[in-house]
Amino acid sequence: MAQLTHDQELKDKLSAPLAYGNPNFHDVTEAVSIISEVKTHRNWYIALAITGSITGMMGLMIAYLIVTGVGVWGNNAPVGWGWDITNFVFWIGIGHAGTLISAILFLFRQKWRTSINRFAEAMTLFAVACAAIYPGIHVGRPWRAYWLFPIPNEFLDMWQNFRSPLLWDVFAVSTYGTVSALFWYVGLVPDLATFRDRAKTKARKLSFAIASLGWRGSATHWKNYEKAYMILAGLSTPLVLSVHTIVSFDFATSILPGWHTTIFPPYFVAGAIFSGFAMVVTLMVIARWIYKVEHLVTMTHLENMNKVILATGCIVGYAYATEFFIAWYSGNPYESYVFFVSRATGPYWWAYWSMVTCNVISPQFFWFKKLRTNIPFMFVISIIVNIGMWFERFVIIATSLHRDFLPSSWGYFRPTFVDIFTFIGTFGLFLTLFVFFTRFLPIIAIGEVKGMMAANAHEEHYLDEAVAASQGKEPVGAAH
Amino acid sequence: MADKTTIHGMVGDFDSPDQLMDAIRAARKAGYTKLEAYTPFPIHGIDDAMGAKPSILGYIVVCCGAVGLTIAILLQWWTGAVAYPLVISGKPMFAFEFAIPIIFELTVLLSAFGAVFGMFALNGLPKLHHPLFNYSGAEGITDDRFVLVIEAGDHQFDAAGTREFLLAQGAAKTELIEE
Repeated sequence: MAQLTHDQELKDKLSAPLAYGNPNFHDVTEAVSIISEVKTHRNWYIALAITGSITGMMGLMIAYLIVTGVGVWGNNAPVGWGWDITNFVFWIGIGHAGTLISAILFLFRQKWRTSINRFAEAMTLFAVACAAIYPGIHVGRPWRAYWLFPIPNEFLDMWQNFRSPLLWDVFAVSTYGTVSALFWYVGLVPDLATFRDRAKTKARKLSFAIASLGWRGSATHWKNYEKAYMILAGLSTPLVLSVHTIVSFDFATSILPGWHTTIFPPYFVAGAIFSGFAMVVTLMVIARWIYKVEHLVTMTHLENMNKVILATGCIVGYAYATEFFIAWYSGNPYESYVFFVSRATGPYWWAYWSMVTCNVISPQFFWFKKLRTNIPFMFVISIIVNIGMWFERFVIIATSLHRDFLPSSWGYFRPTFVDIFTFIGTFGLFLTLFVFFTRFLPIIAIGEVKGMMAANAHEEHYLDEAVAASQGKEPVGAAH
Repeated sequence: MADKTTIHGMVGDFDSPDQLMDAIRAARKAGYTKLEAYTPFPIHGIDDAMGAKPSILGYIVVCCGAVGLTIAILLQWWTGAVAYPLVISGKPMFAFEFAIPIIFELTVLLSAFGAVFGMFALNGLPKLHHPLFNYSGAEGITDDRFVLVIEAGDHQFDAAGTREFLLAQGAAKTELIEE
């Protein structure tokens, strides 16, 4: 008997519960589709009104900036890059977890990604949209923002400087945004076909019929689809690593102490994954609670994400320590001044130590299973992590710039109300896009969850047989 | 035999992926060649069972990637060294070292276009109509039904006989669908 219990436990462990209550295929379709099919709840309008107003405020701030000029921000010599770049890097970083979940975990055959990948990919797209606002409005004349791209035109009688990392950044971020959108859409097509086939009204049927392009799920369709998905995952994996690498080049290729370091690319990528996973946890906890999909997005998912947060948090902490070590060991007085004075003890000490507390100390609680499986606790930590990651970008940018080599060019960055409200406004945009997404689109990849269930059923069957074979008995389930 | 010009084929509607797989194997054994399966999710091993050739999408993607790579090199070389040469910090007008990030990005971008649009093209999408949608239970295919269609173009196709065959394989429902 004890042996049997042990084997059962082993079996449970091997096939970790990714979907509880053994839902069959139709139940999965129902659970996900119903979210978008029920009559719009009053709370949805309330949520939209709130997030929409915040987005509107961002619109006003941007309009004010465009008519007045970039001077409405706190950026000024010596801190020429302020909240705009901080927020740009912050949002791009958040996007990275979505691609990591959809592409890298797919290549590693991590089945637990299936229920959260759609949501995480949406997060990537919306975060990239928020990030893309900043370079667009920071150029000073946003109506000339297309000059960022090598588009022949009658006004600009010259070409972009391809030796500049800022231009690499334009290519990296726009490629990333485009590929993420395509990857997301390819994943959506079969599920949009499900919505089309379930549609009750003509308008709904027509819109989903157009969006799903006539998908009919033939074996030929799936064959090319799976190939395309695999290739996109393979392309997105180096792409996502390249994006934050190139973002870090914006800093690393300069000759400013504190920026001019080779550690930046891996350190930025780890930080991006760290903050992105924290954002997925924040959003998933809320979505699970609102949409009652606890049986599809289980504690296993949340716990796995918390483990990733712990691991990347440790990498980030290690990178901070390495920076200090190199600042001391290199014997470069400018480098050690930036780290030991400007960052740790200078006028920005409060930002630096907020960053360390949030990013290095707070994830350590996730060593304890009790804490990393506690929903309110992980919710709080996930928010703290993102506050910390915002501070990281601010610390890197402001501390390296605020004390130029001559003391006559020292300064201190203070954000203006336009800086602050524009940043708050980007959260409004991010959430508004989510409010629309959760209302109109399948928030969980229906087809993929079913495919995973079918694969699991096969595996369980083999496990049953293996357990039975080890005991020389009938399969466990056969007695019932 | 029914008029072949207006008939698309015979639908066999199955409850589970395993039943569908067995039916496909049996149909091929029985000599049917014009088959198509329709499922809510990709089924592992179905291509082998159907005897389908591997997707050629990979070749399309490689070609698109090569185009992206070429465009990136030509763009950076021509704009920087030919059309508008400008000395910046004494750097060369063109060098592969600084060109690599954009070469990489454009290669990935065009490969991704190849993967997505190539996949849609190979699948014949977007498509306004397909005979499958004449099947009364077509809605189930994106939910939990597993459908095998033996097409009228098959030399062995015979409405009554094919229906018998599909029912013998355990089809819960059969239906003749029009073109």
